[in-house]
Amino acid sequence: MAQPIIDIQSITKRFGDLTVLDNLSFQVQPGEKLALIGPSGSGKTTILRILMTLETLTSGHILIEGEQLWHMEKGGELVDADEAHLHKMREKIGMVFQHFNLFPHKTVLENITLAPRLTLGVPAREAEQRAMELLDMVGLADKKDDKPASLSGGQKQRVAIARALALEPKIMLFDEVTSALDPELVDEVLSVMRQLGEETDMTMLLVTHEMGFARDFADRVLFFDHGHIIESGPPEQIFTNPEEERTQSFLRKVLSAGKRKAEKQAAVL
Amino acid sequence: MEWDWQFVIESLPTLWQGVVVTIQATALGSVLALTVGLFLAIMCRSPNWFISQCSKWFIEFVRGTPLLVQLYFLFYILPDVGILLSPLVAGVIGLGLHYGTYTAEVYRAGIDNIPKGQWEAAKAVNLTKSQTWKEIIIPQAIPPMIPALANYIIAMFKETPLLSAITVLELMNQARSLSNFHYRYLEPMTMVGVFFLLISIPSVIFLRRLEQRYARPHH
Ligand SMILES: Nc1ncnc2c1ncn2[C@@H]1O[C@H](COP(=O)(O)OP(=O)(O)OP(=O)(O)O)[C@@H](O)[C@H]1O
Ligand SMILES: [Mg+2]
Repeated sequence: MAQPIIDIQSITKRFGDLTVLDNLSFQVQPGEKLALIGPSGSGKTTILRILMTLETLTSGHILIEGEQLWHMEKGGELVDADEAHLHKMREKIGMVFQHFNLFPHKTVLENITLAPRLTLGVPAREAEQRAMELLDMVGLADKKDDKPASLSGGQKQRVAIARALALEPKIMLFDEVTSALDPELVDEVLSVMRQLGEETDMTMLLVTHEMGFARDFADRVLFFDHGHIIESGPPEQIFTNPEEERTQSFLRKVLSAGKRKAEKQAAVL
Repeated sequence: MEWDWQFVIESLPTLWQGVVVTIQATALGSVLALTVGLFLAIMCRSPNWFISQCSKWFIEFVRGTPLLVQLYFLFYILPDVGILLSPLVAGVIGLGLHYGTYTAEVYRAGIDNIPKGQWEAAKAVNLTKSQTWKEIIIPQAIPPMIPALANYIIAMFKETPLLSAITVLELMNQARSLSNFHYRYLEPMTMVGVFFLLISIPSVIFLRRLEQRYARPHH
């Protein structure tokens, strides 16, 4: 196998007394689409946040393309990474948030061009051209001069995806990017992600409660509980033939909850 | 006591000189207060314990002592250690530092109101700390703070007569010297009061407008 693009080596994360990730290890291959599923509070978001350097590690190591993320070498020893090292490592990683986190005082176009101009030094013209291509891709070219406040949730999330893509990260992290959306807006975001999955060789990690989407989209699914990987495998296996009792009961719960939600919607219509 | 219009007219040129100095002191003091406050607010948030504690203590210290005492220190005591300031410079520094500790609090609250997600999104698109402040945090934090900042500037304006204590020839000082010279207090002091009213009342109306305009953030 090739060198993994993400190599998580026995990481532990504690918030005070609460151990959220417990000696967790897994690897992600370049180009892989990995879905992280599991009950609420199992630590899925925390993993993404640690990869995005929004949350520190308590212990363990993470390698991105063979390079330490949270550590660096100094005088032949591994020490905690400094801001300059983290800055360099962040170039490889982008993230899309559940609540979009667009910059409300900037236009849609500025939201996308800001970081390429400032962090990559792309000239304004070029950054705008690239941003327009991305807006075309997410179907929002006509909104380029609008402020985020005037967009629907689905549109905001598509802008947020374009903003992250503008930096051309090798790894994209998606944290429940559709769960803050009204149900009728979910599909427009998922279809953008599906297109990304098909047209790029980016490595994508997504945390999701959309089991149907995880099943279509992912090459591999990790089922988490209490900061441990309970089961991992291709989606067909995890969704149709899970080996572990905990995976089975989780899937039973979310699938029946999903069905209830769908029935409710159907009843409303 | 009769109101003497002749005396009023004769006093006007002298009082006008004072008005100019009062406005200068307020303008320069505001610029300093707004700048000092921003830096104090940012320093209070520093991850460096020493910097953040020093800034907090500085704020407490300055607020805990009267402006008049600070002005005396700047003008009459600093020369003992070899720092000679002109009256106006000492006055502006005094006003700026004193009100800077108040604007710092406004900035702090405004900055705390920026959702955590904005900092995180800035990090996720790999902006540096200073880019994040400049492009993301400050532009969003400032508009809602404008009324509170303007309020302090108006308050500072009304405190400029204190500068007469350190021989700044601002309006109050000019009025007092006229009064002392002619043994008439009625006209000069009335004129001082009227001048402050003429500036304060429109300022307060302007402030209400600002409050309406910025009461709600733009999203
Ligand atoms: N900053 C924090 N301080 C303290 N506890 C935290 C913090 N962030 C997360 N936690 C706790 O860590 C645990 C894991 O949180 P995490 O957000 O990773 O779960 P999750 O799997 O994403 O859950 P969900 O499906 O509800 O989003 C939770 O118990 C949460 O309360
Ligand atoms: Mg989560």
